[in-house]
Order: sequence, then structure tokens, then C-alpha cells
Amino acid sequence: MAAPPRKGENWELRQQLNSEYRDKRADAIKRVIANHTIGKDCSGLFPDVVKNMQTDDLEQKKLVYLYLMNYAKTQPELVILAVNTFVKDAADPNPLIRALAIRTMSVLRADKILNYLASPLSRCLKDENPYVRKTAALCVAKVFDLKPDMCIEYGFVETLRDLIGDGNPMVVANAVTALADIHEASLNMAPPESSPEGSSPNSARLNNQLFIIDHATLAKLLVALNECSEWGRIAILSTLARYRTTDVEEAEHICERVMPQFQHANAAVVLGAVKVIMIHIKNVQREDLLKSLTRKMAPPLVTLISQAPEVQWVALRNINLLLQKRPEILANEMRVFFCKYNDPPYVKVEKLDIMVRLATERNVDILLGELKEYASEVDVDFVRKSVRAIGQAAIKIESAAERCVSVLMDLIETRVSYVVQEAVIVIKDVFRKYPHSYEGIIPTLCANLDELDEPEARVSLIWIIGEYAEKIENADELLGTFLDTFKEESYAVQLQTLTAIVKLFLKKPDQSQGIVQRVLQAATKDCDNADVRDRAYIYWRLLSSDPAAAKSVVLAVRPPINLPQRTVPPAILEELISEISSLASVYHKPAATFIGKGRLGAEEMKRTVEPEEDTARERALQTVVAGQQAENLLDFDADEPESGASDGLAGLGSLSTGSSVISSQAIASAAKSTNPLDELMDLFSTASMATPAAPLAPGAGLEGLANSVSPPTTLSPSPATPTAAPAATAGGAQDDLLGLF
Amino acid sequence: MASLVAILDVKGKSLIQRSYRDDVPTSYVERFIPLVLDMEEENVTVQPCFSDEGINYMHIRHNNLYLLAMSKRNSNAAEIILFLHRLVSVLTEYFKEVEEESIRDNFVIIYELLDEMMDFGFPQTTESKILQEYITQESHKLEVQVRPPMAVTNAVSWRSEGIRYRKNEVFLDVVESVNMLVNASGNVIRSEILGAVKMKCYLSGMPELRLGLNDKVMFESTGRSARGKSIEMEDVKFHQCVRLSRFENDRTISFIPPDGEFELMSYRLSTPVKPLVWVEASVESYRGSRVEYMVKVRGQFKRRSTANNVEIYVPVPGDADSPKFRAATGSVVYAPEKSCFIWKIKQLGGGKDYLMRAHFGLPSVAGEDLDKRAPISVKFEIPYFTTSGIQVRYLKIVDRSGYTALPWVRYITTAGDDYVLRTISDSKSSSIIAPL
Repeated sequence: MAAPPRKGENWELRQQLNSEYRDKRADAIKRVIANHTIGKDCSGLFPDVVKNMQTDDLEQKKLVYLYLMNYAKTQPELVILAVNTFVKDAADPNPLIRALAIRTMSVLRADKILNYLASPLSRCLKDENPYVRKTAALCVAKVFDLKPDMCIEYGFVETLRDLIGDGNPMVVANAVTALADIHEASLNMAPPESSPEGSSPNSARLNNQLFIIDHATLAKLLVALNECSEWGRIAILSTLARYRTTDVEEAEHICERVMPQFQHANAAVVLGAVKVIMIHIKNVQREDLLKSLTRKMAPPLVTLISQAPEVQWVALRNINLLLQKRPEILANEMRVFFCKYNDPPYVKVEKLDIMVRLATERNVDILLGELKEYASEVDVDFVRKSVRAIGQAAIKIESAAERCVSVLMDLIETRVSYVVQEAVIVIKDVFRKYPHSYEGIIPTLCANLDELDEPEARVSLIWIIGEYAEKIENADELLGTFLDTFKEESYAVQLQTLTAIVKLFLKKPDQSQGIVQRVLQAATKDCDNADVRDRAYIYWRLLSSDPAAAKSVVLAVRPPINLPQRTVPPAILEELISEISSLASVYHKPAATFIGKGRLGAEEMKRTVEPEEDTARERALQTVVAGQQAENLLDFDADEPESGASDGLAGLGSLSTGSSVISSQAIASAAKSTNPLDELMDLFSTASMATPAAPLAPGAGLEGLANSVSPPTTLSPSPATPTAAPAATAGGAQDDLLGLF
Repeated sequence: MASLVAILDVKGKSLIQRSYRDDVPTSYVERFIPLVLDMEEENVTVQPCFSDEGINYMHIRHNNLYLLAMSKRNSNAAEIILFLHRLVSVLTEYFKEVEEESIRDNFVIIYELLDEMMDFGFPQTTESKILQEYITQESHKLEVQVRPPMAVTNAVSWRSEGIRYRKNEVFLDVVESVNMLVNASGNVIRSEILGAVKMKCYLSGMPELRLGLNDKVMFESTGRSARGKSIEMEDVKFHQCVRLSRFENDRTISFIPPDGEFELMSYRLSTPVKPLVWVEASVESYRGSRVEYMVKVRGQFKRRSTANNVEIYVPVPGDADSPKFRAATGSVVYAPEKSCFIWKIKQLGGGKDYLMRAHFGLPSVAGEDLDKRAPISVKFEIPYFTTSGIQVRYLKIVDRSGYTALPWVRYITTAGDDYVLRTISDSKSSSIIAPL
């Protein structure tokens, strides 16, 4: 091994660190830290730096400690050099130094040091100075992180529980924080992992909840809440949010005590208070209290909107959740969410969403005025979202739909490309909600055909043309232009062109025989996409074998679309609301989906879930996860080709045996008259045989079909309607589903 | 909870960082900017919090810096984002300007502050006045060792004991900023008053203060009839020194104040407000040659009041040149860097109105019609006047030593950050903003 070089910066520093002059040594330490700050490795100087640990200069001591924190891991065998000074410092007459010593010692992550920490820590937990006690309290959580058994062995966790009753609110706050942290850590500890060495009774106790809040604790917390510093209040509020009670009086008491926190200047305290109230309000029964709670919640939420933009954003995301649960709290406050022209984009987008959520018949006019204004701004993304919001308002509020459409038409007149495209997309949705209501605008839309260069906009216009083909004189001409460029179009446009032309043919068979032949040819011969090709075959066979059936399948009436009140499933919403102000509530995703590896085992779920919400929540979780994987649906099938296909068949089977949705009678009658399902079955088998290259797509399609038939809302024929109607509806659903591809 | 806090320069290089927990490797700091750039490239809005591979990134921006906190758990996002803001304000009090250079120059003290302000990822003391008592820039010259100030852990964590003044005084400033949004057709779409009571406290000992306002809710609850006007504050926020439960019970604002300057409370009223300074602008734009503005300002407040330092920012196209101005009062300057001209009027009397005209040349080749259409914004101050009518009825100061102290109260109304009037949206043809 070569001796370290006798020159270079580190050599120089080493000389200085060992200098006999204090100033030089102090200076050298600073330079070491400076080097560390810019990312240079200074681990080689470990012994020389540690020598300087014993000093009266507090700043120097802090720097040496800082050095130790960063490099102890790299030099575990040398750390022992520092132990003496640490232990001595932990008994220093100056509380600042005592606290500093244990604070640093507990994060060194070296086993040797930890063993020496036990007795100073137990002393410091009972120190006469609150500054030391509050620091020691957090040290327990640090030790638990490294060596949980040690905390139990020395009774540190017990001591923490005692500290909740400490006279000093800061100590209480940190004790609560530490206990909550330990609690969370122990929940995350998987049982098999904690038992390798000897599996002492301790590790069994570890898996129990280490921080149970009982009545006595609750009382202490509520007292400390009013005296703590702002950060302490946040910790206490988070703990109160974990407390569950079904006792009416207790819930009311908690709400009453927490409510004053709405007036705190710190936004996180306000959100913490909102969280606690939202959890315990469920058990509040006193009418006057309920009223005053909801009434008093609105103003502080509104005030959050005048904070720094990042804070605003966190608040807006949480408000968005709250409105999904209790839309009434901010019913009269829409104006607060108007965008400022210099708001950062992430704030604007959230505000838009909330504005649409708060839109009602009463305020829709002023909302439309705002949205129109936004649509003339320069941020393209924001403009598009504003246009989209106009469409959402139209779908949400029927009485305002006409005004919304006229605003959209005004926007189309601006002829700004992206505005027009977005408006067309939005108008398609308006048609899906209110069919046959605004046909008068179709010519204007068609006039803008050349402007549309984005697939989604083209798809939307093609859909509109197909849907109203009988009313558009030159529909074949218009669709022909898309057919001319068929090969270059994206698959979505190809699919929609195909469907639209088939619709056209079914509506006007005489004039469009040629065009339908061309599109079927193009889609089956020249297209390399399995979906397009398969759908073309489906249509082709349907048209050639039974045009009447084709008509009832393709042209059937579809149920109107709706703007969902919630974007988060109810069970997840419940969970997120109880975590207001956390990352989960900001992302609108349960914590389990983004911490760790983003995957959740069923077992893990069970452990954290309360029994009564268990099934609902799990189902909802699956929906979220499924939603995230939605775009991988085809991949998913490819993994298990057999089951994918048979699932599809099973789906069909359940459809024909008649679930609660479609009566078997209806199916039978449908089968009698046209039998579209049989046709489909046939097609399915032939298609998969004829095109071995893509045997799975039909399976996926049918599976999707089966899935979407099951929710009763998509299809709801009244039982008394003539038999033909349900059949038609069923056909409609299929067309819709095929349209999805 | 944060595992690591870092301050990054605009390119994402870490200037200083402090790790509080081991679960997030320090190397992940380097991933932050690439992630942000990726999102920008994919046209995804970059949000203050996002997650990637199980790591949560929470950040704020200040000047040209990113302040970043990372965590692996489902942390309290509101708390962490606020902590980062608080870190900025503490550093500002220490170094005035928080920027790359001041961070580099003061790394020692920033490490000390980071050590004191957060422990194991949980925010601790963030009051800069208290921190300054035991973390000072000259600490290495200390003969006497510093001890943690009592206040760090005191029930009164914002005030140290043993403060002495020869003359005991309190200055109260009631500042109301008015935010207003007026649309192109001259209607007030939104208005609000954001009020704040700021204090400068020079008081000895541990005085107990009680502040009385003409608060409508309090008058009603105590059954006292208000002499004169009372106001209804929609939302009140207090400095942490105010006893919130006491306010909740009987609307009494009682507190032991911090020493020196602080904001005691803020409040909000969304009652409709008449625009105090009214501005109308008509624009005549001849594409490719010139654009002309006529701006009219009127003080819509009592005749005996005066608005000071009125500044009217009128946006102009970015490529406008050769400005010519004619104003009936005050001065006009062109600020091309902000794409606007500013009409400054030192004093605008109540009920007075003035006119100004501006003329700009436009390049004959019209640029892309993508000017950020900023609204006209206005700044002003009206002293001795509050829009809401809030009044300080009394400020009682009681200290054990029994001294008497003098409270001084001032009122001022200013334009908020968001006092704006939208320009007409169509600038292609010559058009005039509808007058009142």
C-alpha cells in the first residue's frame, strides 16, 4: 500500500488539521466542510478531523459533528475514536452541547456508537432542560429506525409516552412526533424480517401498535395543541387524525377544541385542522355544531388561495378533494378561484378544475365569461383546458348548454388553430350528451375541416359527421377526404373513419356503396393495425350477412355521457380525506400506490385497512391500479393469451345468460330477430383463425364488452319497454365499445 | 417529514444539502432537474410535488434557486412546502438576498441553521429572531458560550425574557390591500380586501396585550350596540402568539407579543368594493404602423383623502418602439423589459381625474400575435384610510412592572398585487374599451 502523497489539497489540509494553532485548525475544518459541500470526498481526513472534536468553539464542534454525520458510515471502525467526546459532551453543563451530542450520535448509523448512546439518551430524556428533552425525544425515533429492539429494551418508548404529559409543549410535540414516527416505522416492518436473530419477545411486541391513543392521551394532546409552536400543532393534529372514536360526545369535543386552529397563520396547521374535523365530523350529531363547523371551514380555505403559489397548489389539490366529498362548503366562493394572468400553470389548471366543480346554474354566466377570457391567453395548454372546461360546464348544466355552445362557436371563429381543434373535441362531447340538439352548428364545424391536424380533433369531427351523416349533404365527400389519406392517418383516425363511413352507408346506402367498399378494402388490405383490420372484418361480415342486424348494432342509440361528480372512487376518497395535507391527498392517490415500489400486496393492504371499509376500499384500489395499467390492457392479454380469450367468451356468456341488466327475454328476442351476438361469436372465431398474427385483439375487445355491460348505469332499459328496445340498447353498447378502439 | 433538504441552482446543481434520514440516498438530488426537464419536454405541467420511483420530490422556487425536499414516505406536503418557504425567509433575514452567491459564502451558518430548524426531518424552530439569538454569524469569536435561549422551548417560544426598553412604545399599522379584477366591459368581477395588522413592539418584560377592534361578531355576541360602524371579517389569521381558543370563545385578541416587528393578524373581506382608483384605457391599434393609447384615471374616494405614489402599468406590444407621451399630470416612462409603460402620479386627489395619451410605433412586419395579454395593473397608497372601516378601539398593555406604554396607530390602504383591469381582448381592429 502506497503512503498517501505528500502533496495535494488533502495533504495540506491534514497538516493544518494537526497544526498547533487553533485558528489554523478551525480554518482547515471549514475548508474540509466546504470541500464536502461541493461534493469532494473528504473521508480520508477522518482521524485528523475527529482529533479536533474536543474544542470550546461551538461552531467548530458543530462542523466536526456535521463531518461525522456524513462520513461515519464510510469509516465505521474509526468512529469509536469519537465516542469518548460524545459521551462527555452529552453530560456537558451547556444544554446546547448536550443536545447536539445526542442529536448527532443517534444518526451516525454505527452499531458501536449506538451501544454507547443508551445511557446518555436515557439521562437526556429526563434532562432538566426542555431543549435537551425535546431533542432526546426525537433521538428515540432515530434509534428505533436503526435498532428497534434497543428502544424496547431500555424502555425508551415508555419514556416517550410519559413525555406526552411533559409540562413543556415543545417536548410534548416532539414526543408525539417521535411516537407517530415509530408507529409508522413499526407498521412498515414486515413480520418475517424482524425475527432473524433469536426472535425475542421484543420483536413480537414490535408488531403491536406502539402508539395507541387512549382517552388520557387525547386529553393531554388537546391541551398541548393550544400551546405548541406551529410545527408541534401539525404533529398533534396528525395524531388526532389517527384517533378513531364512535363516541358522539368525544367527537364533538375534539371538533370544538380543534376548530380554533382554523385561525392559525400557518397553512399546514389549517389543513391539519380541516383533516381532523373532516374525520370526526362524521360522529357529530349536534345540529348547531355541524352547521358552525361547515360554515367556519370555508373562510380559512379561501384564505389559503392568497398564499405562495406552491402552498396554494397544495391547498387547491386538497380543496378539490374536499369538494368531491362536500361540494356545499364552498358553494358561493367560485370567484375566489378565478385565475390571475401570472399564476403559475400548475395553479391555473387546479383552479379551472375547481371552478367547473363549483359551477351551477346561478354562476355559470360569469364562469363562461372567465373561461372565454382565458381562451385568449397565450399559454396553449391552459387555453385548451379552458376550452375543455366550457364543454364540461355544458355537460354539467343542461340549462347552460346552449350558452356554452355559443361561446364555443365564438371561439371557433377566432380560427386560432389549437382553439378550434379543442373546441371541436369538446363539441363532440356536447353532442354525446345532448344528441340532436345543436345540429345547426355542424356546417360551421365542417368548414373548419382543414384546420384540424391533430388526431383527436379529426376523430371528433369524423365522429360527428358519421353520427349526423343523414343530415349532412356532402358527408360522403367529407369522409372521402379522410379516406384519401387513410394510410397516413393515425390508427384512431382510421378506426373512426371506418366506423363513420359504415354509419354513412347504413343511413344512405344508395350513394355510399362505393365509399364503404373502398374503406373496407383499405382497412383490411393496407392497414397493419390489428384493431383496424379486425373491426373492418367485423363490419364487413355484418354488412354482408345481415344489413338489418348491422343497422341495429351500429346505429343504435347510446346512453348520454355524464360529468362524474367524483374523480376518485368513494372508498379512496374517504381514505384521502383522512390524509388531507399529505402527499397522498395532493396526488389524489392512496399512499400505497406511490411509496415503496408502487406495488401493493394484498396482505399489506389488509393490515392497514379497517375491517368495515375493507372490501370497498380494496375494490376501489384495484380500480385505481387498473386505471394506471389501462393502457397496457393488450400487453396484459399477451401474457396470458388463453385466459384473455376465454375471459372474453365468459363475458359473452354472462351477457347472454342475462345478468340483472339485460333480461334473458330481451336477449332471446334479439337473437330471434337479428341475432347479432351469434354473428359476433362467429366473427370472433373466424377472425382469430384467419389472422393468426393478431389473435388476441378480439379477445380483449369482448372482454371489455363484458366488463362494461356489468355496471347497471350504462344500460338501463326499463323492464316494460318493448323487446326490441333493449336489444337495440345492447347493440348500442357494443358499438360504443368497439368505438373505444 | 423530509429525508433530505437541498438548495439547488437553476441548473440543478446542489449548492448545499443536508440529509436527515438515510432512506433517500443523497445522489437522488441529481435526478431532480432531469425529471423536471423530462416533464417539460413532454409538456406535462411541473407541479411542486411529484413522485418518481418511490421518491417524493417537493420543491419551491426562489429567485434562481430550487429548494428541494425529498421523502420516501407519505409526508405532510403542506408542512414541508411551508417549511421550505420558511427556510427562505429565515435565510433572507440572515443574508438579505438569498441567491447562489450568498448561499456559497455562508455555508457554515446555513448548515447550522439546517441543523437547528429541522431534526430527523421534522421542522423545529423556524422563528428567525429566536435563531439569531444563538446562531450568529460571528459565533467563532465568542468568548462566552451560547446557550439555547429559553424561548426555543418556552411556552412563549417567540419572546425571550429580560427585554428592557427605556421608553415603552407600540406602533400599530393597519394595512389593507385591495385586490380587484375589472373585466373589459368595466364591471368589477371580483374584489377583496386583504388586511393586516402589523406591529412594532418596543416593550419591556413579558407584557400582556389585548387588542380591541370594531368587530361585528364581538359586538353582537356581547350584546353591545356598536357606536359607529362595525365590520365583519370573513377570515382572521393570527400570529402564533395569539391565544386562539380565547378568540374562539369571546373574540378577545390577547397575546404576549414577540419583540420588534411582526404581523399580528391578517384578515379578509370579500364584500364588494368600489374601485378606489379607476382607470380606463382605449387602444387604437393600426397594425404595422402604430398604436395609440388614451388612459383616464380617476380617484374615486373622499375629497379630503389623497392617493400617493399612483402607478399605472399599461401593457403594450413587445415590439412597440419610439414612444411619445403626453400626460396632464405626473410622468410617464416606457419600460420595454416589462412590455408596458408606467404612468406615475405622486399625488392623486379624491374626485380628481386626469388624462394621458401615448403613441407607439409598430414594426411594419407584424410579429406573431402572441403577446402575453397582461391586464392594466395599478399601484397606489391612500394613508389615513381603510376601505373596510376597521378601527382599533383600544390596545391594552399590562406588564407586571406596571409601566405605561403608548400605542400609536396608523391606517393605510394600498392596491394589492392583483389590482387589475383587463384590456380589451381584440387588438386587431381599432377598438375602444367601453367607458363606464
